[in-house]
Amino acid sequence: MEIKLWINGKKITDNVEPDMPMLEFLRDKGCYSVKRGCETSGCGLCTVWLDGKPILSCTVPLMRANGRHITTLEGLQEEAAEFGAFLADEGAEQCGFCNPGFIMNVLAMARELDAPSEEDIKEYLSGNLCRCTGYMGQLRAVKKYIEHKKGARSDD
Amino acid sequence: MTDYKSVSKPVRKKDAMALVTGKPVYCDDLAPKDCLVIKLLRSPYAHALIEDINTSAAEKVSGIEAIYTYKDVPNNRFTTAGQTYPEASPYDRLILEKRLRYVGDPVAIVAGESEKAAEKALKLIKVKYKVLEPLLDFRKAKDNSIIVHPEDNWKALCPVGADNKRNLCAHEVSENGDLEKAFSECDAIVEETYHTKANQQAMMETFRAYASKDVYNRLTIVSATQITFHVRRIVATALGIPKADVRVIKPRIGGGFGAKQTAVMEVYPAFVTYKTGKNSKLVFTREETQTASSPRHEMEVKVRIGATKDGIIKALDMYSISNTGAYGEHGPTTAGLTGHKALALYSRAEAYRFVYDVVYTNIMAAGAYRGYGAPQGIFAVESAVDELAHKLNMDPAKIREINITKEGDIMPAYYNEPANSCALDRCLEKVKDMIDWDSKYPARDMGNGKIRSVGMALALQGSCISNLDVGSVALKVNDDGFYSLMIGASDMGTGCDTILAQMAADCMCCDVDNIVVQGVDTDSSPYDSGSYASSTTYITGMAVVKTCASLTEKIKKYGALLMGCDEKDVDFNGKEVYRISADEKISLKDIANSSMCNNSNALYASEGHASPVSPPPFMAGAVEIEVDKETGKVDIIDYKAAVDCGTVINPNLARVQTEGGIAQGIGMALYEDISYNEKGVCRSNSFMQYRIPTRQDVGRTEVDFEPSYEPTGPFGAKSIGEIVINTPPPAIANAVYNATGVRIRELPITPEKIYKGMKDED
Repeated sequence: MEIKLWINGKKITDNVEPDMPMLEFLRDKGCYSVKRGCETSGCGLCTVWLDGKPILSCTVPLMRANGRHITTLEGLQEEAAEFGAFLADEGAEQCGFCNPGFIMNVLAMARELDAPSEEDIKEYLSGNLCRCTGYMGQLRAVKKYIEHKKGARSDD
Repeated sequence: MTDYKSVSKPVRKKDAMALVTGKPVYCDDLAPKDCLVIKLLRSPYAHALIEDINTSAAEKVSGIEAIYTYKDVPNNRFTTAGQTYPEASPYDRLILEKRLRYVGDPVAIVAGESEKAAEKALKLIKVKYKVLEPLLDFRKAKDNSIIVHPEDNWKALCPVGADNKRNLCAHEVSENGDLEKAFSECDAIVEETYHTKANQQAMMETFRAYASKDVYNRLTIVSATQITFHVRRIVATALGIPKADVRVIKPRIGGGFGAKQTAVMEVYPAFVTYKTGKNSKLVFTREETQTASSPRHEMEVKVRIGATKDGIIKALDMYSISNTGAYGEHGPTTAGLTGHKALALYSRAEAYRFVYDVVYTNIMAAGAYRGYGAPQGIFAVESAVDELAHKLNMDPAKIREINITKEGDIMPAYYNEPANSCALDRCLEKVKDMIDWDSKYPARDMGNGKIRSVGMALALQGSCISNLDVGSVALKVNDDGFYSLMIGASDMGTGCDTILAQMAADCMCCDVDNIVVQGVDTDSSPYDSGSYASSTTYITGMAVVKTCASLTEKIKKYGALLMGCDEKDVDFNGKEVYRISADEKISLKDIANSSMCNNSNALYASEGHASPVSPPPFMAGAVEIEVDKETGKVDIIDYKAAVDCGTVINPNLARVQTEGGIAQGIGMALYEDISYNEKGVCRSNSFMQYRIPTRQDVGRTEVDFEPSYEPTGPFGAKSIGEIVINTPPPAIANAVYNATGVRIRELPITPEKIYKGMKDED
């Protein structure tokens, strides 16, 4: 089937099988940040944005994205590095395999929620599993990043 | 404490920014695009023989390159356990075999141009099975009439008490002192049986590897592994080819926790590429990673422990049965830690005995998982110590204060090693403060149907496998004086590449950025046993210290040569070699660049290290929980931990190790349970059926360090990686008892078990 979509702002037209999962297409197109941790929408590793909203690309058929915009971490390199520095300074990136999906959701949360509480953060990110960190270092990094963003906004 | 420039500083991991920006650095990101995709046909039966297998229809599927069955593989038994020579796990596997020993045991290997083609072919393979009665109850396995490994070429390479005709993978007895005399002098004795379940490591990156042939026609395997060098040996043994024909490379890997201390699947792409000459890859699905992998050994642990009325523990007796499943990976070795670690917490007891049996059954083989047998023993002993305290009407903290191993003690259960560095007493005191034990113990009714309580547990682990593990690194001087550190240990995300560079930086008196690290390639890295047994910081770290000392001598010698003076007259300060008796010096930059012209002295050093001892790190953990009296549901409020890992090399990474280990321990305590139906089919086949803790399940964790100084470790360091998983199961079980009076002796501690316990009490 013919599909037309935008990946990280770049228009792509292609012919794909109707059952092609979005995740596999994205990796085929070089978006290697998109990881598969399970096949059952249970880990959050494959999180990307569809028209700016986080979705789990392992279980979304690519055809759903026809005429729409997908964003992966490859398209958010500056923001990834900005938040990622906070994560790195906690030592909480660890093996790094869950980082891209997690960071996609953190950046979505930063856009969606104004001054989220600790409970808000945990709830928003609860679908993003991590087996290395026990989540505490991730939480410290998210809180520091939100403070940093608030500071940056009030400087404007 | 000496003030180091890099050691004991929260240095950022060298690969951090590549990881957080999602760079393609993992196995499947790097695999060539033309790889044949491998899929495995797996046994639907727990115990069966293949009577007939027909692949002709499957081979006709468009895009299928090859299909292999037991008829096509060598008859060389091997183990997939990543362990140092002489391997302790029995040689009990073939790549494919006529006899199938668990639901999921591979029946055929399919290699095709696409996943779709391979999956289509899988469905067309016709197999006639002779279904046999499976052996599923590990308590009945020893001397059962069903034999899991009846084959004559089964082989144990080490004397571990194994006997395949009895379903015995290992057996051992160890003891010290007059046990029955010591028990006869006790006023209170607790004798109970504890049961820990199999758990999945559940690292986020599933098992995966790809293989190719290089320009010399050698097999190259790129694998997500913790045991790069062992994979070379395992693959060569399985294929029956010279080890010289195999090269293994480890890229970044997405977590291991011991799972990848077993070569769970490398032999399949290795075999396909060996036969076809083409690139091939195998990426396990999560389902395969859940059902055909290398989880923790399920164990039943009987503990008898006795004390005087004053609370002095005099005798400890332990018997454990460990379920190694269909194959014996890590079976003989994990079983030892169950007693040798747990019993060493109370080394002042007059006598101990420890007996274990490791048995084969028809379920997925077990393997290595963080803690490696110790969590099972520590759950049993640290639960039993609380039970003993209650019997004596003592505070559980008090009975520990009286009896724990202290610095300078000999630890009979721990191979008679001395505790040369031990801050366990300080850890216990600190964790009591952190949780506010004295005001919170045992519990308080919150008046809203909930009870809050506290519980505690202690732990120790090793810092290596003594007299066995080998670590080595190489260090060389490059243009302008930057260093390359070649590492044979497999960084699995924990940050060992960075930690070793921190040590090298302080040894060479330079900035950590001046040390470039290079991960593992068996062709070019110096030999290292691998990243397991908590050994990288302690063993490979010491190899770094020795290598740096050796390279420093070479730099000094060459600097002296360039200045035309005696090498005894110079020293090196990291920036320059200078004369002691005269005002003359030469910079490292000039030395480095000179060394690349008309020089016969290579500025390169490589040293190895092994240790006759394995100094234990120690820790104390305390938890505050809230139990719902109506439902038995447990919420973690706070988890506090005080850890003695010797000198903390990188406080950020050590803290995250601890927080991560505690979260895994909470999972083991409350949620995680690999279960099977009556036919031996694994129910826990996805993250929906096997839930690991989310960020809403772990409460708050706070970690503090109470360092000792280990004289045999690099910069005084011991280990951190494994010990941190040990305390949550007993600490939470003890807290549940303090809240409800219900003693849970079988993990996981589910609301159902607590609820039933509370009902039985009524």
